[in-house]
Amino acid sequence: MKRLVALVPLAWLGLFFLIPFVVLTKISLSEPAIAQPPYLPVVDWADGILTVALNLGNYIFLTEDPLYLVSYFSSVKIAAISTLFALLLGYPMAYAIARAPERRRGLLLMLVILPFWTSFLLRVYAWIGLLKANGPVNNFLLSIGVIDQPLVMLQTDFAVYLGIVYTYLPFMILPLYATLSKLDVDLLDAAADLGARPATTFLTVTLPLSLPGIVAGSMLVFIPAVGEYVIPALLGGPGTLMIGSVLWNEFFLNRDWPVAAAVAIVMVLVLALPIAILRRVQAAQEDRA
Amino acid sequence: MSRAALRIVVVAGFVFLYAPILSLVIYSFNESRLVTVWGGFSTKWYGELLRDTQILEAAWISLKIAFLAACLSTILGTLAATALARHGRFRGRTMLGGLVTAPLVMPEVIIGLSLLLLFVAMESLVGWPAGRGLTTIVIAHATFGTAFAVVVIQARMVALDRSLEEAAQDLGARPLRVFFDVTLPGLAPALVAAWLLAFTLSLDDVVIASFVAGPGSSTLPMVIFSKVRLGVSPEVNALATLVIVAVTVVVLAAAWISARRPATDAGPH
Repeated sequence: MKRLVALVPLAWLGLFFLIPFVVLTKISLSEPAIAQPPYLPVVDWADGILTVALNLGNYIFLTEDPLYLVSYFSSVKIAAISTLFALLLGYPMAYAIARAPERRRGLLLMLVILPFWTSFLLRVYAWIGLLKANGPVNNFLLSIGVIDQPLVMLQTDFAVYLGIVYTYLPFMILPLYATLSKLDVDLLDAAADLGARPATTFLTVTLPLSLPGIVAGSMLVFIPAVGEYVIPALLGGPGTLMIGSVLWNEFFLNRDWPVAAAVAIVMVLVLALPIAILRRVQAAQEDRA
Repeated sequence: MSRAALRIVVVAGFVFLYAPILSLVIYSFNESRLVTVWGGFSTKWYGELLRDTQILEAAWISLKIAFLAACLSTILGTLAATALARHGRFRGRTMLGGLVTAPLVMPEVIIGLSLLLLFVAMESLVGWPAGRGLTTIVIAHATFGTAFAVVVIQARMVALDRSLEEAAQDLGARPLRVFFDVTLPGLAPALVAAWLLAFTLSLDDVVIASFVAGPGSSTLPMVIFSKVRLGVSPEVNALATLVIVAVTVVVLAAAWISARRPATDAGPH
């Protein structure tokens, strides 16, 4: 009975999460073919002879066409810049919520989480209307005289940064809040008593102590942003290169499953380091709790 | 940073989070098809929405999928959380811990593609699942829904007072009885939250569903996505407003219920 409790979810996640990666690896090593499904078997058993045909061609192809390399770099760059902006906006928000009167904290936290419950797709869609040439953002900037003609914001990398920061901001704020709210206020008072100015106290006490939250929040934004597909598809332009879109097109437009699988495997390898960092920080926080 | 500057950043942050949502609601009542040009108050797009059979059919499919996926996620999530929070060390614990957190950070395109490839391979090996459709989407959504459900349920389980379970055990209750009479009532709020979270995530997913859906099983997000790729659509604004109202009602109800019942209360006595 006790065994079964762990065994059922283990079997489910093993079959539908772990084994798919084995299949993904296998197909990334197979040869594309015009067939149903569109690839040749890697392992074949015919007339009592076992043939294993490992084909590294898909990976070699990824290095030959600059599109892939450029897309990986561009995804990492877009994700990194968005993460930085999410941190710059998220940190003061998390800090203010952690320092707010206790009875108000619950409400403020709920206000941060609430957008997460409404559809992500619809919230990204909202920005299409806001950023249009004749949309409210341009109209507002025109009316206060900051610009004389509408800015082109939609279908640019700027819109993608905005979309990522907007979508993943709660993921940045929550871990930051978790570390900032546990911060010992006596330490801040002690620093102030010893004559430290608020800025000095912040840089030498608060910031270093909230580092686990900064790292966890940044990884929670960075990792999904690298593989993002919906945001560049709706807000980005033809010049926005992201590896999630490349994978999508490889699969749905070119119907080249083996190359799509190879793109996915390399993406997992790119994300292995940030995922490892995230797990370390989370494990350290659990140990302390 | 001074207090005033901090306050400005916080207000700006919340405006940033809520202005787009508010704009969806406002423009859903706009007479003009041009969405961002105000043409007077109108509820005609709600009428159009209710006559759009493609959207209604997709919504029905999505609700069915989300219901089933949420139920499966809550059951699997409860089992996994019980094992992780109550069973101490056992063989496969590290494996289970890793498997329930990995889907949380894996990009959706990778989950979608790898699951599709699994389904195709399984079909040619054992003949199941035959083709892609509702079943394959439910399986996919239940898989990542479970990961989120475990986070919610495990947090509550760790916070629950274990001595109640131990007391029941000492009084001779069998493990199953302890679970259903003591643990489960204490877990109830977390189970509801986990179910709602899995339900919401399923109802919102466009990427994974696109990979594992078959002909005739287009979900609501898939239909919305193909509509909005062509530009803004006032009908989608009307739909968004209905979603926002529904979510707000549920969240306020949940907040009201938990405010009436202190969080430390571990079920009916």
